[in-house]
Amino acid sequence: MKDFNVQNIMETIEMIKVHHLDIRTVTLALSLRDCASEDIKITGRKIYDKITKTAGNLAKYAEDLENEFSIPIINKRIAVTPISLVAESCTNPDYVYLAQILDKAASEIGIDFIGGYSALVEKGCTNGDKKFIESIPEALASTKRVCSSLNLATSKAGINMVGVLKTANVIKKAAELTADADGLGAAKFVCFCNSVTDNPFMAGAYCGINEPEAALNVGVSGPGVVRWAIENMPKTADLGEVANTIKKTAFKITTTGELIGRRLAKRLDVPFGVIDLSLAPTPAEGDSVAGIFEAMGLEAAGAHGTTAALAMLNDAVKKGGIMASSYVGGLSGAFIPVSEDAGMIKAARQGVLTIDKLEAMTSVCSVGLDMIAIPGDTPVETIAGIIADEMAIGMINKKTTAVRIIPVPNKTVGEEAEFGGLLGTAPIMPVNKLDSSVFVNRAGRIPAPLHSLNN
Amino acid sequence: MSEDKIIITISGKDKVGIVARIANTLAEYKVNIEDIKQTIMQDYFVMMMLCSIKNADKTFKEIKDGIVNSGKEIDMEVWVQRKEIFDNMHSV
Repeated sequence: MKDFNVQNIMETIEMIKVHHLDIRTVTLALSLRDCASEDIKITGRKIYDKITKTAGNLAKYAEDLENEFSIPIINKRIAVTPISLVAESCTNPDYVYLAQILDKAASEIGIDFIGGYSALVEKGCTNGDKKFIESIPEALASTKRVCSSLNLATSKAGINMVGVLKTANVIKKAAELTADADGLGAAKFVCFCNSVTDNPFMAGAYCGINEPEAALNVGVSGPGVVRWAIENMPKTADLGEVANTIKKTAFKITTTGELIGRRLAKRLDVPFGVIDLSLAPTPAEGDSVAGIFEAMGLEAAGAHGTTAALAMLNDAVKKGGIMASSYVGGLSGAFIPVSEDAGMIKAARQGVLTIDKLEAMTSVCSVGLDMIAIPGDTPVETIAGIIADEMAIGMINKKTTAVRIIPVPNKTVGEEAEFGGLLGTAPIMPVNKLDSSVFVNRAGRIPAPLHSLNN
Repeated sequence: MSEDKIIITISGKDKVGIVARIANTLAEYKVNIEDIKQTIMQDYFVMMMLCSIKNADKTFKEIKDGIVNSGKEIDMEVWVQRKEIFDNMHSV
């Protein structure tokens, strides 16, 4: 708006007030590499001091900006160096103790989540990594705000199948330890292929070892705004026009994220990192990626054509958003978390959205199988099979894929898991009953694919 | 400087004294009105004001709270935002 344009002002206010435009997260990435020591207590103290000192004003400054621009910032978060690296030199590494320190620091400064209880094991585990992975279920069960992730595969290293099976065990145990909360522990954990080092979104945010001392990364949102823009088009508009409308809308959403991110980075006196151009839904009515498919003309998420619609959406969001910011990174695209999206929940309840269709969709969305509840009695080997499939899609397609799946203790198909807040409600989806156990127990690595002869 | 500019959007049922009530509050905070536009949308009165807070002697938050409260007293919804959000969103 070069001058003072009534229509532009009304449009912006309507996007925020009616169509849920918001900044999903401001995430301060913070290196903890200087916190390593031989004594776990000293490491813990250094971590606590560094977080509370550097990020002490994160929540307050974010709230100030929310007020000044009248745009909600839903979450304030911190992503730290993978704890497996920070604590590996401790003589007796009690990783759970450090998870509790992270939780305490996060609570002290009033943020929503802290990520980085993580390890990068795509090619294998160190002795420290092995102990670390075993500690994850307890760390998640004994903390509130800590999020954990493991990178199990990359396009260059292949898939660590030992890690895949260990991870399936972690997921199962994390869910069991939090059985009274429908397995909430597993909802705070994600495993990746090709994880990114500057992702502001949970549960997978961590501060990569190639990142600066600190940086402020921003995740935008706004599926409701995209859906509204498409609904305002005639049903006869061709898909080129629809893609163009998505691009324009993504541009508008991203400029807001960029503005807030730069302002907040300046106030915190840290560099602005990246903006993550993700369409992240919430359980609120209308704030739904599935709603975008419906606006495009599909009866519900899961209909034939959903993968094509998602592919177009994902690409158009990137094309529009990239014009609006100097630095784009993170996961950037459209998320399809089942429990966090009212339209997905509805489709899953009706049985028209299946885990198989979701797997196909992950080959073109920005991440992967996200927030999917499955029966609590699903065998560990089956979970490992689900993870291996998803890692393979990422590895071959040179994209990030992930699995955040919750085997809900003592519940089965037909029932629902209730996680509350942004994590939403998940109808429990059936999984294939065939046995994968010999395959996933073979161990070893699935070799990295050829990077030529791309057919 | 665009950083000093704010946009105030007031909406609600049309009645006597809306402009007077809001303008009075702005004067109290030394907020300068640079432009006003108004329209009727679906029976609702909508007014937008482009203002400068350059010479205001209160913080942004105090000014915003003051204007929003004045709006509440006359049953009007008020949005106060820094102008930059509109500048960024609607121009390439």
